[in-house]
Amino acid sequence: MEGLTLSDAEQKYYSDLFSYCDIESTKKVSANGRVLELFRAAQLPNDVVLQIMELCGATRLGYFGRSQFYIALKLVAVAQSGFPLRVESINTVKDLPLPRFVASKNEQESRHPTSYSSDSENQGSYSGVIPPPPGRGQVKKGSTSHDTVQPRASVDQQEPVSPVVSPQQSPPASPHTWRKHNRHPSGGNSERPLAGPGPFWSPFGEAQSGSSAGDAVWSGHSPPPPQENWVSFADTPPTSTLLTMHPASVQDQTTVRTVASATTANEIRRQSSSYDDPWKITDEQRQYYVNQFKTIQPDLNGFIPGSAAKEFFTKSKLPILELSHIWELSDFDKDGALTLDEFCAAFHLVVARKNGYDLPEKLPESLMPKLIDLEDSADVGDQPGEVGYSGSPAEAPPSKSPSMPSLNQTWPELNQSSEDTAIVHPVPIRMTPSKIHMQEMELKRTGSDHTNPTSPLLVKTSDLSEENKINSSVKFASGNTVADGYSSSDSFTSDPEQIGNNVTRQRSHSGTSPENTAPPPPPPRPQPSHSRSSSLDMNRTFSVTTGQQQAGVVAQPPAVPPRPQPSQAPGPVVHRPVDADGLITHTSTSPQQIPEQPNFADFSQFEVFAASNVNEEQDDEAEKHPEVLPVEKSSDPASSRVAKTDSKIEEKTAASAPANVSKGTTPLAPPPKPVRRRLKSEDELRPEVDEHTQKTGVLAAVLASQPSIPRSVGKDKKAIQASIRRNKETNTVLARLNSELQQQLKDVLEERISLEVQLEQLRPFSHL
Amino acid sequence: MAVCVAVIAKENYPLYIRSIPTENELKFHYMVHTSLDVVDEKISAMGKALVDQRELYLGLLYPTEDYKVYGYVTNSKVKFVMVVDSSNTALRDNEIRSMFRKLHNSYTDVMCNPFYNPGDRIQSRAFDGMVTSMMIQARRGKESLVARAPGAWSPEEAAKGGAEDL
Repeated sequence: MEGLTLSDAEQKYYSDLFSYCDIESTKKVSANGRVLELFRAAQLPNDVVLQIMELCGATRLGYFGRSQFYIALKLVAVAQSGFPLRVESINTVKDLPLPRFVASKNEQESRHPTSYSSDSENQGSYSGVIPPPPGRGQVKKGSTSHDTVQPRASVDQQEPVSPVVSPQQSPPASPHTWRKHNRHPSGGNSERPLAGPGPFWSPFGEAQSGSSAGDAVWSGHSPPPPQENWVSFADTPPTSTLLTMHPASVQDQTTVRTVASATTANEIRRQSSSYDDPWKITDEQRQYYVNQFKTIQPDLNGFIPGSAAKEFFTKSKLPILELSHIWELSDFDKDGALTLDEFCAAFHLVVARKNGYDLPEKLPESLMPKLIDLEDSADVGDQPGEVGYSGSPAEAPPSKSPSMPSLNQTWPELNQSSEDTAIVHPVPIRMTPSKIHMQEMELKRTGSDHTNPTSPLLVKTSDLSEENKINSSVKFASGNTVADGYSSSDSFTSDPEQIGNNVTRQRSHSGTSPENTAPPPPPPRPQPSHSRSSSLDMNRTFSVTTGQQQAGVVAQPPAVPPRPQPSQAPGPVVHRPVDADGLITHTSTSPQQIPEQPNFADFSQFEVFAASNVNEEQDDEAEKHPEVLPVEKSSDPASSRVAKTDSKIEEKTAASAPANVSKGTTPLAPPPKPVRRRLKSEDELRPEVDEHTQKTGVLAAVLASQPSIPRSVGKDKKAIQASIRRNKETNTVLARLNSELQQQLKDVLEERISLEVQLEQLRPFSHL
Repeated sequence: MAVCVAVIAKENYPLYIRSIPTENELKFHYMVHTSLDVVDEKISAMGKALVDQRELYLGLLYPTEDYKVYGYVTNSKVKFVMVVDSSNTALRDNEIRSMFRKLHNSYTDVMCNPFYNPGDRIQSRAFDGMVTSMMIQARRGKESLVARAPGAWSPEEAAKGGAEDL
């Protein structure tokens, strides 16, 4: 450094300042702490301060040695006088007034931090912190003095009583300041007119010597320089405390240079927590936090793991319990890691806590992490408004969705809303079947169909969602395109079934048993072709071997042998419309719906009928009808009623009716014709074979046939008897259907449970 | 209503125990303590091989004339025990399950906190708040129970349900 000539006053002043700043008495001052407060209090633009620091060499050294400090102070004076900052200006500018360090904020608030700093176990007074509320008061210019002192004194006296104040209130003055005042009067109102330059703040930690020196200095400077804008000595303690606040901003500028030591971090933390609305983070603070974040995690978009954050915040010497609470507040997504926003919020809370503010029960809105791009936070200067978390997402309750992936899937909460990324907030899935289904369907719907490898989910949803396997097969049909994409992936359930369907279809012609179609699907999921649930799709039944059919036959005693024949013939016919419709559902659902077969068969036949208008269909229908016979008889009256056109079963029954008529089994001849017409129209209306609706249609029709029966009572005794028979048959059929469907339900539930367990196993458990 | 909620660590010491009628705490503490035996019994009954498939919700551990005690175990052998007032007959099993689920979620959140050392007492305010809400809500909830019935299965219901279910 160039030789620095200082006048006596300057010398004293500077040494006083230095000793003030040199907290640790190491003859060098790290580039933070008091120095920054000091520079901040100098009311110089930040860039000027940076320049000063650079010029004096502190940046090089990383700390302020005494000479650097002196040079810096000189430069401050230079800058304050309006001279350009030059190294040579140190000595060239003559008659430079002492650098002025002003606090433009309310003194009381500055007192607060300092008081708390003294209160806290941290050594050294801590500076800065809460910037006074905007209106709070410029530093009293000349007028002040006693007036300000007294109220302050009273305030100070009150302070010790209630040191902890809610954020809304101005920070209470500290007993420290109170002490200052005591010192003050002793030191002298005489020294008051200090004005200008002197280190107004009394070095609390170092206290006495500094203050006395300061007093001396002050007295030496009793004629206030003209440019002084604050006040009297009386004001100084407060202003000095205020000064400490200001360094915070300076400090933020210099945070980059800050040596990341524990004490340093503490001081910085303390100094940089200036916020207006108590929880609002200023730009400087934010910048500081960001820089601190960078020291731990260079990637601003990345996370700070919990352990690193724990170490970092433990340095603040807050009790673990409070740190724990701060963590709970700030870890917004409860993932055990801190994003930049979360980190800033946590840091801010730590600072606030250190300054005596009570921790809130809920995260303040201004601290809520916003879901916007984190790069915005880097441009502190450019986006002060944005940095203020005005756009924070809706407040989330303290109980956030569990972000642990393993638990998320299995331990959802009802009121949890799925968040943006699936990674952070997987969509919760409930255990209960209905909910799981809903949510899985939601997962499916949220576009994870094609991209989400959790095709099992997709498939599972389809399986789970329906009580009816038919429905699932419908799903497969609709999701076929998706399944095709999965064919090579882990969509084991969907693919196999589709494959099975195809295979089944192909094999149906060859009459292989449905069990043969089972092997392709890897998962243990019982294939729709399993004969366990005896309900078989008519198509599949037809296409299936007699063994399978026997199972179906068992379920349906009235089933008649002629089935195998029609199975072959209607097979292709049946499949044709299926293919035409693009639905593979029939085959996949075949095995389980034996009782529905007749109706399904009828239905498919009807479709075929409608599609191709082949007479043989009618024969097929007729052939199938023997199976349906019991149902048909009951449904005949219904069909004859022609009342319910929307009931497929009615159509089927109508179809069966003609068959019956053709076979001459039913006494009622006329009904078939109108029914047929209806069938055609309805078949045309219904291009798709929705087996689910089929089933419902079956049920509905069967049920519908019931009420219609009484009408026929009055008509014909034979009709009555026939209807009675039909009703009985219908009842048995329905009972069988019921049992079979319940069986299916159990199977499906079991599958679901097993899959859930598998999911649980597959997801890593990160907790104990 | 949940009159007492307890979180028991793996080594069977309490991490968190809280009861609503605070004057009778000792009784609830005792009940929770005795219920641990039942919990252990249920866990061991499942068998070692099935530990993964073991359901976390243990159900009613034992009923007394005034209270019912429900249990829940996590995969890390942390147990949640809930004592419910028997007068609240309408508290369905599903609700108890959901309460345990919430407990588990909150417990997970506590574990996520790096400042929480596993094995410490749970002092999280968020957890406290959740438990309080559960205790109060359970008291309120019994009046406003919605019966979701997957129970009776009939063809009509299946038909309609199937249609609605998608």
